[in-house]
Amino acid sequence: MQAEDVHKRFGRLEVLKGVSLTVTKGETVCIIGPSGSGKTTFIRCVNHLEKIDSGRIQVNGHLIGYRENNGKLVEDNERNIARQRTEIGMVFQRFNLFPHKTALENVVEAPIKVLGRPKDQAIPHGKALLERVGLGDKLDTYPGKLSGGQQQRVAIARSLAMGPALMLFDEPTSALDPEVTGEVLSVMEELAAAGITMIVVTHEMGFARKAANRVVMMDDGLIIEEGTPQHFFDEPAHERTKQFLSKIL
Amino acid sequence: MLASVDWHVVWVRVAHPDHAFFIALTRTVYIAVIAQIMGVILGLLAALMRMSKLRILRVLSGIYVWIFRGTPLLVQIFFVYLASNQLLGFTLIPNSLNGGFFKLDGAIFAGILALGVNEGAYMREIVRAGIDSIDKGQMEAATSLGMRYGLAMRRIVLPQAARVIIPPLGNEFNNMLKNTSLLFTIGVYEMFADAEIGYSNSFQPTEYFLGVAFWYLVLTTVWTFIQAGIERKLAASERGEELSFRERWQAAWNPARGGIFMRSPSR
Repeated sequence: MQAEDVHKRFGRLEVLKGVSLTVTKGETVCIIGPSGSGKTTFIRCVNHLEKIDSGRIQVNGHLIGYRENNGKLVEDNERNIARQRTEIGMVFQRFNLFPHKTALENVVEAPIKVLGRPKDQAIPHGKALLERVGLGDKLDTYPGKLSGGQQQRVAIARSLAMGPALMLFDEPTSALDPEVTGEVLSVMEELAAAGITMIVVTHEMGFARKAANRVVMMDDGLIIEEGTPQHFFDEPAHERTKQFLSKIL
Repeated sequence: MLASVDWHVVWVRVAHPDHAFFIALTRTVYIAVIAQIMGVILGLLAALMRMSKLRILRVLSGIYVWIFRGTPLLVQIFFVYLASNQLLGFTLIPNSLNGGFFKLDGAIFAGILALGVNEGAYMREIVRAGIDSIDKGQMEAATSLGMRYGLAMRRIVLPQAARVIIPPLGNEFNNMLKNTSLLFTIGVYEMFADAEIGYSNSFQPTEYFLGVAFWYLVLTTVWTFIQAGIERKLAASERGEELSFRERWQAAWNPARGGIFMRSPSR
């Protein structure tokens, strides 16, 4: 994933003021920062849930959401955007599971309907993924009957089912009770260890310390500091980072 | 005076109506059902058009609702039946429609068309409210899995919106059953026409209109029970009983699996 000088404004408010970030294959990058700093907006731009005003974002070498026309960027058509999104998994703060489908149906819906996988392939794969996130016994349960932590793990399995090159996590644990954040984080740690490329917006410093290859601090629409978890927690350079970390640690 | 009412005629109209009446009743029911189905389809189309990126579709959808909610249904019925051929320059409303195994009178066809198109304008608002009630995150989750807009609508948003749409849809159908009586004015022989003709032959207004009012009440009451049954089944699933949407529909319609008049299974 490669983002260059991404700008984004909502009306008169400029939320991203030129964000550049490169994430290489297999890396786990955590984005931290105070609310309103643009971290969520940034990862929503990465799968084109938000349009960008200038700059460019590439995943796997493909420009996301736009196509180049005589040196100018024009928004791509819906079909291509949809195809690009199959390579990018997204896990939302509020899970957004499909409430009218069981856990397994949630997981296999897109592989069958979007990728055209045959059912007898998609279903065993879906079951295996739910087992991997520790929900092998909840295949036929509807989201309404699952706890927040279980729902979020189904949502992770649902994204993984598409075999994405990149996984985006938008504050995956901030809508969860403290006692269940652990089960979600351990699934994510396992994914990071398995070499899945991940960008995680989070306030969970424990996770950042354990699983991240790199931590990125955003403030006021800009990346102000970037480095290893070690660097961040031992010797943050920027004054704003020190303030922020002292508040949340 | 009550004494001057011929109660025997009322009793016959209520309890032993003649064959012509049953044909009229059947006609009332199928006109209402077909027009309602048409209304739902048109309402869905208009609702989707209203949410379109293309301005022209949004404008068309707006004009449709503006006209058909803004003019009397009776005027629309007359317009479709008598004026549309002349206005369009081709025969939209034939004298009679012959589809091989069925024959449809031109007036009935015009009546269904007018009721259906009118209903579509009201259904658009109901469908839109249903779609709006679904959390935006559902569409985001679906599209971020690579679904295109149409697929996400069909598989994710609309099945959820259906639950919200069904109660007001039931009320619309109740209205539809009664509005079919307006078609008497263009010569459709439905339930009200049957009563009106009986009255003009006998000059017994109380007897004939009481009789037909009773039968309208029967139709709307039966529908109320059916609607309550469907809604109870839908509500049961909201309480977390683990039935899929399809299973709930099957259970709602299939007597062997509980039927609409049975209580939802307790577990």
